[in-house]
Amino acid sequence: RDFQQADTEHLSTWKWRRTSSKSFKKALSEVKSLSSYLVLWRHDIHSIEGKFGTGIQSYFSFLRFLVLLNFIIFILMFSVVILPTIIYKYGIFNSTIAYISPKKIGKHLLYVQLVCTIYEPSGNKGLVYFYTYLKDLLSGTGFLEVTSLLYGYYSIDAAWLSVKKYNLPLAYLLATFVYLALSFLWIIKRSVDGFKHNLVHDADPFQSYCNKVFAGWDFCITDPSAARLKHRSLQYELQTDLQEEKLKQKIAERTMGEKLRIYSLRIFINIIVIAILSGCFYSIYRVTVFSQENSNVSIRNDTRTDLVNLLVQYLPSMVITLANFIGPLIFSFLIGFEDYTPAFEIKLTLLRCVFVRLANIAVLLFSLWSQISNCGSDKCKPCGYNYKLYPCWESDVGQEMYKLMIFDFIVIIAVALFVDFPRKLLVTHCSCKLIQWFGYKEFEISDNVLEIIYGQTICWIGTFFSPLLPAIATIKYFIIFYVKKIVLINTCKPAARPVRASSSNFFFLVVLLIGLLLAFIPLGVSIAHIPSSKACGPFRNFNTSWEVIPDTVLQFPTPLPQILFGMASEAFAVPFFVI
Amino acid sequence: AYKRFSELLPKEERENACSARVPKSQILTLPELRANPFQHRICHVFSTSETGDDSMSFEDFLDMLSVFSDSATSDIKSHYAFRIFDFDDDGTLDRKDLEQLVNCLTGQGEESRLSSTEMEQLIQNILEESDIDKDGTINPSEFQHVVSRSPDFARCGGLQR
Repeated sequence: RDFQQADTEHLSTWKWRRTSSKSFKKALSEVKSLSSYLVLWRHDIHSIEGKFGTGIQSYFSFLRFLVLLNFIIFILMFSVVILPTIIYKYGIFNSTIAYISPKKIGKHLLYVQLVCTIYEPSGNKGLVYFYTYLKDLLSGTGFLEVTSLLYGYYSIDAAWLSVKKYNLPLAYLLATFVYLALSFLWIIKRSVDGFKHNLVHDADPFQSYCNKVFAGWDFCITDPSAARLKHRSLQYELQTDLQEEKLKQKIAERTMGEKLRIYSLRIFINIIVIAILSGCFYSIYRVTVFSQENSNVSIRNDTRTDLVNLLVQYLPSMVITLANFIGPLIFSFLIGFEDYTPAFEIKLTLLRCVFVRLANIAVLLFSLWSQISNCGSDKCKPCGYNYKLYPCWESDVGQEMYKLMIFDFIVIIAVALFVDFPRKLLVTHCSCKLIQWFGYKEFEISDNVLEIIYGQTICWIGTFFSPLLPAIATIKYFIIFYVKKIVLINTCKPAARPVRASSSNFFFLVVLLIGLLLAFIPLGVSIAHIPSSKACGPFRNFNTSWEVIPDTVLQFPTPLPQILFGMASEAFAVPFFVI
Repeated sequence: AYKRFSELLPKEERENACSARVPKSQILTLPELRANPFQHRICHVFSTSETGDDSMSFEDFLDMLSVFSDSATSDIKSHYAFRIFDFDDDGTLDRKDLEQLVNCLTGQGEESRLSSTEMEQLIQNILEESDIDKDGTINPSEFQHVVSRSPDFARCGGLQR
């Protein structure tokens, strides 16, 4: 009987465990389904997927991801950099700030202090017209120059809250590293998920036809329009696969002479592509130099009218946007001659477009730096950079990034308003043959994705120089979501060639990663190589922005600096990076 | 499941739903089957009606739901999939079956059909991949072999309950 009792007890505990685990699982699934309601724009994206397919839905999911990423970066910068600066500047909570003068005193450095630290941002004094505010808003100068938008505002060297010291320069630099690392890790995590899916999907090429035919239909579809989409995508997939197979056979049967002809044609076309790219880069360089020289002159003399001045300031952005627009058109025209398989054609054109967009930003930054470090006639001996024209060069770079972002935003909205809607009106109401041949707009996923990746790369580069930029980017992408959605629903026809979502997602993330890695380079150069301005910013007392870290490390208790320096030395760093 | 079945019956017969048969037209109003291109074949395969009118009793309904649920084994799913795809019910998938299958997949209407050359090429490829004994048709074991290696089959063959 004791055994029986023990058994029943055992049974009842086991039963209790089972029911509790069951109810726990149920509670977990309820929480999951509730939390899916909190996801931003869940309903909008779902309805887009139903009407236009998974390819376009992946674009909007990507946009949502960028909104969230920028928001998190902004929260980070705000809490670590902006909020403390505001608190300390206005003396809330009994805080005090100090402007530390350089540690070493000597005649040479006194001169340095006198000359390099002259920086008077104009602000807006006295009676100003309203349009000056507009002009300043668009170009980041004037009253914006003294706000927290730009680097120059953060000129605090140390701050104390009662007795605790807040090392603002270190916080600024660390926040930059953290947001770069955060973006990197988040993108990698998302692309790993997509990569796994990709890998499974393309598992067995020998069985692809059977797989598509026998397992192609998704039995969960209940909506007739979704069913129509699925039919169309199946038809398109089967047709493209068959076409590719035929093309591969044709390629395998090429004679020697034909091969030679095609390879030489390809080399020739690649040379043309490189020539076009160099033309773009050179024109961007010239235009940036021109814009910098002339807009600086007019600030001093005020001889030009303000509108022309504004145009000159926006000239680099305009040229870049033009290059980004024309480049892809030319590439898609040229690739027709190169006789690749359709899938490879698409990939190569995309690769070239990506390269154009990202390299344009790189050239812009390079030309800015060549201006800043322009030491032609001994202009930058004392300070290491051209201090006469650029007393606070980080603010200038921040202004350029700000202008690029604003212009990008204006162009997207202008294209939506002045190109897409009139086109739809024309096609519906005018029966002229030329216009009917143009037809309704089709939503080009790759172009749109490259557009927003370009904007995001600008945001990443610019956040170091202008901490409010992520907030602007968040608002910009938020508005763009609704603009694109309205354009899509009202003016676009469903794509004739449905695109698979899984491979697109992975591709978007890879290109975004390339943009992020590209953003590392200018930031690395600015932080570690170019001397920071002595007249403004948190790094006034350091040679370069990077020096904050060795400086802080030296202040640690004794054994630690040696250990950390040893770690940073080659023996450790190289294998670390390799892993 | 019983509730859903009885909803399909007209009001008078709801009392003895266990023994009633639901006509095919009613079954096709189920949301899962509405957009499915294989709706007719599914009804035909699961129906045990002697009169050949493809009506389903409650047991047939349960059979259908259990095969399409996530807990059915892949053997059962592939067995029933084979029967659904076998349009002429001769126990093998020959070229005509495959042609009809592909046409169901790409949709109704003239412009959504593949051209005859494309169809030939496609059927040739399918037979190359799956026909092991090279007799020009696919028998159930070959079908099972092909489907077991296909990554999409397990995912697609389930209706959400």
